[in-house]
Amino acid sequence: MVRVLIPSGALGLNYDKAALERGLACKPDIIAIDGGSTDSGPAYLGRGVSKYSRASTKVEWRGLMEARAKAGVPLVIGTAGTCGADSAVDWLLGITREIASEIGQTVKIAVLRSSQSNTAIANAYSNKRIHPLPNAPDISEQTLLDCTNIVALAGAEQISAALESGADIVIAGRTTDTAIIAALPLMRGLNAGPAWHGAKIGECGALCATNPQSGVVLIDFDNDGFTITPMADNSRATPHTVSAHMLYENSDPFILYEPGGHLDVTNAEYTALDDKRVRVTGSKWIPSDRYTVKLEGAILAGYQSVLIVLLRDKRYVANAQDWADDIAAKCTEKVVDRLGLLADEFNIELRLIGKSASFGDLESRSDPPLEIGVMGIITAETQELATEIGQILNPYLLHHPLTSEEEQPTFAFPFSPADLSRGAIYAFCLNHVLELSDPMDAFSVEVLEHG
Amino acid sequence: MANLGEIVEKVRSKNAGPFWLTVDIFCGTASAFDQICEGLSTARVAKVFETDADALKRFEIPSLNVVKFSLPRPETQGSIADRDMHGASWAALLSEVELN
Repeated sequence: MVRVLIPSGALGLNYDKAALERGLACKPDIIAIDGGSTDSGPAYLGRGVSKYSRASTKVEWRGLMEARAKAGVPLVIGTAGTCGADSAVDWLLGITREIASEIGQTVKIAVLRSSQSNTAIANAYSNKRIHPLPNAPDISEQTLLDCTNIVALAGAEQISAALESGADIVIAGRTTDTAIIAALPLMRGLNAGPAWHGAKIGECGALCATNPQSGVVLIDFDNDGFTITPMADNSRATPHTVSAHMLYENSDPFILYEPGGHLDVTNAEYTALDDKRVRVTGSKWIPSDRYTVKLEGAILAGYQSVLIVLLRDKRYVANAQDWADDIAAKCTEKVVDRLGLLADEFNIELRLIGKSASFGDLESRSDPPLEIGVMGIITAETQELATEIGQILNPYLLHHPLTSEEEQPTFAFPFSPADLSRGAIYAFCLNHVLELSDPMDAFSVEVLEHG
Repeated sequence: MANLGEIVEKVRSKNAGPFWLTVDIFCGTASAFDQICEGLSTARVAKVFETDADALKRFEIPSLNVVKFSLPRPETQGSIADRDMHGASWAALLSEVELN
């Protein structure tokens, strides 16, 4: 049996301290927590930074480093610093060293790196070792050379390599959410079906139970299945909450692809052991013919400036779409004229918040709004240009009349200056897998001593 | 005639990675589940999301009373044209579909 303690769905989301203590009292074999996701968008990978505050990360990580010392078992974090790029791994490594010095811990740290060199990935592409997944964007060698960051998602093999160093703490770059949980059960020779299924159920902490924000869950893995127990007093796992977690952020609720194969839970059975714990059996693992890891890449997509103006006048609220369309057309013309740009070298979009900002033309309702927020989004090749275009848009948003006969209107700007510089913006440009002959080919493990 | 959202317990939408969206209809009861399975065609859902019905994945899960749809994201998550970073609001469009 292998017992894995999962403090929460991600470092930075907080965890229930009493529940963590209860988990430690159960003598886990490892503490595993996820540190990231693509879910907050491409900017974090594009810039190679964390989305969570350093202070929150440090407080929560200190709690887990203390828990590790108390339990005397390894602590592993996957996808460190939201995106798992080397810069984000180094950020968390710096925090780890700082905490270790502050609390007087001597620790052995294994660092698993997942960042890829642009040229190596471009070569893999020309050697036909990169394959698209469903709905992948078109790419070229140039796309791969232009990415600001490319990471490969490590699986259980790479986490195992880091754990085999005997490290107290494993700080991993990009991994699959499940790999950090499945690795130890697999290293101990347990069946892969339950190992990956339990890992998928536990990857978001207590999201597979009631009171999801309590965070902490304990999973016991064996050869036939796994048992999940939420650690907070007021959190319960039921066959419904556990099986429903397979739906979460999964395009197929029965199949999950991982490096080296896929999990099939079509015939899994979920049984309540009591009013808190659920036992799951019948999960299958199907190994693949070739070993592949998924790639994520982010590319610079321009620079943005944003302006927001509020319409409250009844006639302008009623005619907001015409007003916005007229402004976009006139402003585009003026930018072409005054900045000497071609119309396809920049983009001005006015989204009507309160009317159609969520869905645009897909919106099916047309309830009359009380007020409308108009969000002007300008995208251009440099921040200077985006800001300049924003300044050309500014007087239109402030004073543009519906008709030329009426008195000049004025609308409500919430801010001064009215334009917000968004800086560089990024786009996800890879939904592909990389074929590897050895799982460690795209990854490295470095072992450091601190203290 | 009732809105789908009035028949079922909850509709939830999320990203399934940056290139896919997934919408889970938690029907709550077996009778609501049957009503959705029979009354909500894949073609209808494709029309609501203006996507190709062939690209839409449909799952009916009686043990959970859940009907799930997954579709290629109309705009890649976080691209300039994307309006909803987490795919959070798509559930509302489906909730407001009228069923007989």
